[in-house]
Amino acid sequence: MVIKHKNIFKTESSWSNADEVLLCLDTGSWRTERPVLDKEKCNYCGLCALFCPPQCMKDMGDHFLPDLAYCKGCGICAQECPRDAIAMVSEGEFADEG
Amino acid sequence: MKAKKGQVMVITGNAVGAYGAMLCRPEVVAIYPITPQSEIAEQLATFCANGILDTEMVEVEGENSSMNVVCAASIAGARVFTASSSYGLVFMYDALQEASGYRAPVVMVNANRETPGIHAVSAGQQDLISARDTGWVHIIVENDQEILDQIIMAYRLAEDYDIQLPVMVHYDGFYLSYLAEAVEIPVIEDVDNFLEPLKHQPERQKLVPGVSIGCGSHGMEMGYVEARYKHCQALERVKNKVDEIDKEFGEYFGRSYGGQIEEYQTEDAEIVVVASGSAAGTVRTVIDAKRAEGVKAGMVKLRLFRPFPAERLIDVLKGKKAVGVIDRSLCFGWKYGPICMELKALAVDIGSIPILSYIDGLANLDVTIPHIGRVIDEVNAAAQGKPYQEVTWIPMEE
Repeated sequence: MVIKHKNIFKTESSWSNADEVLLCLDTGSWRTERPVLDKEKCNYCGLCALFCPPQCMKDMGDHFLPDLAYCKGCGICAQECPRDAIAMVSEGEFADEG
Repeated sequence: MKAKKGQVMVITGNAVGAYGAMLCRPEVVAIYPITPQSEIAEQLATFCANGILDTEMVEVEGENSSMNVVCAASIAGARVFTASSSYGLVFMYDALQEASGYRAPVVMVNANRETPGIHAVSAGQQDLISARDTGWVHIIVENDQEILDQIIMAYRLAEDYDIQLPVMVHYDGFYLSYLAEAVEIPVIEDVDNFLEPLKHQPERQKLVPGVSIGCGSHGMEMGYVEARYKHCQALERVKNKVDEIDKEFGEYFGRSYGGQIEEYQTEDAEIVVVASGSAAGTVRTVIDAKRAEGVKAGMVKLRLFRPFPAERLIDVLKGKKAVGVIDRSLCFGWKYGPICMELKALAVDIGSIPILSYIDGLANLDVTIPHIGRVIDEVNAAAQGKPYQEVTWIPMEE
């Protein structure tokens, strides 16, 4: 058997460096709602980033924003935000953006 | 270099299981007690309370949690141990697959018992069959001493850098779990010496606080394929590794078990009985008696069930005239017993000889000397070209 596949994992088990390749699947396409941040309410506590299952919250210096290529729209960030600064908005609202 | 003579104690198979684990110094232990295994949990808790075992004993609310706890601790780098049986084993079914999927080198013992459906608090290997396709390495042992020795060997195997797979050591519940036998307990420093080579291997990947790494997070498409491919390749490597570790164990401790399979009187044998677990001892006795009558019979004791030791079985069974397989379990949807079914898959390589399936020893029924005598007589007749029955449920015909 000729193996042509180029390994994804450098290790024997399926470990991956989360900073480099954890975000590799097109999970953004699963989303039906997206998190929208009200910056006025945000105090940069970081709980949304901590709880984000695919770890796709980007640190913007004074707030966090989801990387929409990977955000699945699960809403955990909105649920966990102690200041209700994140609202889940239907993707339909953004249909014009393509 | 040889190990020092250990202390000989007369203790039950369950207590032996606890001694075996304790000698390997597991850092995290999480066991939920279940008949017929509970004594292992009690004994390890006693070791821990008495300061003999320095470990984190995690009290869990069920078997699913016990496997998840040891799996997580294992991927964090700890040496871990757990034990279960029957209902408990199937209650951790998803967690068993997590452990093997993460390539966590968990070592556990399973006291074989019949499975749910018919409330069976009795001996049988059906729970082993239920756990067959979880990606674990499954090894079946025959007696109390072998339980202890195999647990030590299981750590060498599981944590080997080339393997990195969870290993389950099976012994017949109710038979070995409550049977007290004389067992030599090695000196713990000698066990340390035997496990020492693991320390000189490259370090496996572990969870590290503050480092963002994931395990098992690429579960789709090529990530899945690659991880499963590597898993299957590692299982293939297990076969030779089991033989090597067994040989090394024999040289150091003076006891060895044949590795993947034990061959008894097979060299000049015309017919072979394939058995596993505690029944193998009785098979040996009957073979000696039949040999005295001039029947050229031999036995293969199957020790490694997953990965299936195909090459070694082909090697020993090729050229034989007939084979009888004793299964202490069923293969739902196949008329043969599970081990017989797997052996049939080797028929092309073994040659077209009669392979007779025997279902016996279910639910606390004994695999008796007359039963095995009957097996040998029938297999011998089949070898001489006489008609035979493909599958026999021995207890149903008594």
